[in-house]
Amino acid sequence: MTEQHCSLQTEDRSEYIIAALQRAREASRPVYISGGGSKQHLIGRNCDYTVLDVSGHKGIVDYQPQELVITARAGTPLVDILAALEAEGQTLSFEPPLFEGIATLGGTLACNLSGPARPWGGSIRDMVLGVQLINGRCERLNFGGKMIKNVAGYDVSRLQAGALGTLGVLCEVSLKVMPRAEKTLTLRYAMSAQEAVRHMNQRAGQPKPLSGAFWLNGQLHLRLSGAASAVDSTAIQWGGEILASDNSLWAQLREMTLPFFNDAGALWRFSVKPSADVRLDFGSTLIDWCGAQRWVRGEHPDEALQQAAIEAQGHISLFRGGDRSAEVRSPLNSVEQGLQQRLKKSFDPDRILNPGRLYSWL
Amino acid sequence: MECIIEEAESQRPFECDALTIYSDLPLLVVLPETVEQVQQVLRICHLLCVPVVARGAGTGLSAGAMPHPEGILLCLSKLDRILDIDALARTARVQPGASNLSISEAAGKHRLYYAPDPSSQIACTIGGNVSENSGGVHCLKYGLTVHNILSLNILTVEGEELSIGSMGLDSPGYDLMALLTGSEGLLAIITEVTVRLLPLPERAQVVMAGFDNVSTAGDAVGAIIAAGIIPAGLEMMDRLAVQAAEDFAHAGYPREAAAILLCEVDGTSEEVAQHTQKVARLFEEHGATSVTISRDESQRALLWKGRKAAFPAIGRLSPDYYCMDGTIPRSQLSFVLNEIYRLSEHYALPVANVFHAGDGNLHPLIMFDASDPTAIRRAEEFGAKILELSVSVGGCITGEHGVGVEKLSQMDSQFSTQELLQFEDIKYAFDPALNLNPGKGIPILKRCQEYRALPARHQHD
Repeated sequence: MTEQHCSLQTEDRSEYIIAALQRAREASRPVYISGGGSKQHLIGRNCDYTVLDVSGHKGIVDYQPQELVITARAGTPLVDILAALEAEGQTLSFEPPLFEGIATLGGTLACNLSGPARPWGGSIRDMVLGVQLINGRCERLNFGGKMIKNVAGYDVSRLQAGALGTLGVLCEVSLKVMPRAEKTLTLRYAMSAQEAVRHMNQRAGQPKPLSGAFWLNGQLHLRLSGAASAVDSTAIQWGGEILASDNSLWAQLREMTLPFFNDAGALWRFSVKPSADVRLDFGSTLIDWCGAQRWVRGEHPDEALQQAAIEAQGHISLFRGGDRSAEVRSPLNSVEQGLQQRLKKSFDPDRILNPGRLYSWL
Repeated sequence: MECIIEEAESQRPFECDALTIYSDLPLLVVLPETVEQVQQVLRICHLLCVPVVARGAGTGLSAGAMPHPEGILLCLSKLDRILDIDALARTARVQPGASNLSISEAAGKHRLYYAPDPSSQIACTIGGNVSENSGGVHCLKYGLTVHNILSLNILTVEGEELSIGSMGLDSPGYDLMALLTGSEGLLAIITEVTVRLLPLPERAQVVMAGFDNVSTAGDAVGAIIAAGIIPAGLEMMDRLAVQAAEDFAHAGYPREAAAILLCEVDGTSEEVAQHTQKVARLFEEHGATSVTISRDESQRALLWKGRKAAFPAIGRLSPDYYCMDGTIPRSQLSFVLNEIYRLSEHYALPVANVFHAGDGNLHPLIMFDASDPTAIRRAEEFGAKILELSVSVGGCITGEHGVGVEKLSQMDSQFSTQELLQFEDIKYAFDPALNLNPGKGIPILKRCQEYRALPARHQHD
């Protein structure tokens, strides 16, 4: 349900967000923070709270191409940000999914979503320089800034990445941006998953302009991006089949619209050691991020999934579908659980911000 | 070396870090040889409510590792082993006391290296790098420590073991890696670090340009970024720094220039050839009075030698110097430098400026004579003014050296009371009794009255 007062339409709506949070706090009624709504049924656990719609709080606040920094309100659709960057020959190096144009900056940071370039271009967590947020005490706070280097105080900005809005309502985000690559080219090789994992990691150990490596259905795809001279010379050295129109392939991978993702059932995400030579015997697998992100579909025994993640020195989450009222990510031990609960309390003592979205106990 | 040092005279080498104007002696210096010993120290200190200050090599520049007079100085320098290098996964697992450079040296046989390279990299430890989120000259392209580490083993203040991060590229729950990195030893003790390694670039080349004023040099930096080139390193030095460095290192710097830029590009051979030409052309178009492209590795090393020797070179000109660490938007460089020159006259203290131009991190080196007590006071006041100036133009008080003791009183020029209280609440979440590195990093506003009396110099607001 959306309360009338929470429905935000125009640009700077931060005062309304604060007022809505104050009411929620007084009434001890948690809110579910919603931007474009593209990830409502992804990543987190189900939350049935009053919706705090922050999508109206949008707009680019500042963009300095020569400083490589952009600042925008959290409800700004990523497509608007990319359009502004493109006009200056720049881009978001973490290649986020746009989800039909409705994904917002704030939601992308809260979910820490990055695309195929992640191992080389960094994540949104890596690129965030500063945030303005409203904590559970309804205080508007600024952390970090617009500088590439800033070590004053704790890094509260990066802490928001993947926190799913449980520590604060994001209002503004400053990001480091990067120049667009002069040239991009995709190479394709037929090989098994095991060979592909080894091959992509070996390639990543060479000083070449690799910017994507994924494997699906017996085929490894390597993407090169950078100075044209570097891309061309590497393609000659590495061989393989050069794909003519490759952009839609990487876009489909980024947007999770490849046929692999069409299945409506449970979709599991393994985040593991890139070179992990662990057989994930759970039916067909898509291996992305040079081996560090692996997708598995369907219902599988929870214990087997968790065990596989541990063996591959990583963790697992139920990205989409399945039982979203249970826990949807790897358990934490009691020491870490205690720290995370105290951290949550330090930002949101009354548990009004997306409680239970990340873990039932958080 | 023994593991426990009680005698004041033997403790002297540990009384300060590289910011020597702040010093004190602890109750005890301990130098554990195993993680179990570290754990025991923490358990005992927790039981007895004794402060614990972690120390690596003591190369910090903000008095972050200055001992606490009622506490234990926990020196982690004996835990200095490289435990494992996984060449295929491109990671190294190391103990906290391993030096930054030793990681790259060990990784070198696999043609890999650890990218962040603070200027103290020969000595500084990886544990200290994590605690300070150290940078170096290659940050713009390769990131800070926080971008180059995957996992940490830590001990909580209670002595509980915990592994955070993962061998993947993220972790479940809150990103404690982000929170711990740069937390200046206030949240936990680091006992192991897994770092990410990068392939050594095929080739690197330096373009040096001289300019007859600092403002055109600043514009030239913007032009390179606007042209879509991300240099591996991009450094600026002003006249006094250039002259001192040249007299010291004979690097071939133009002594008459108001500022020089050193721009290193790396990558594949073809790419480097393409970009060095482009950078040289951009410098010329933007008013460079001289441009030099390194011919070979020895000239490249020589051009960097001057920059890397800038601090000791200033040390030859003055008995003492005080290194500041503010960051500023590059567009404000000319204004900020002119203000610094004005303040230099006002305080009658010469200043040389070294600037990580790519990422906006300015290191003014204020020269003074510590044997003159008024000079110390003037230098501190001058430094504080520079930090406030940095904040006023949209920058911050510390880019890479940390807050430590030194910048505690400037924290409120960058943060509101509510923001400082949020930091404080984070601190309490990890360390409710405030035993880890008390008196550093963040000012404690709320409950400090109930806390142990601190010596005047540690006094919080």
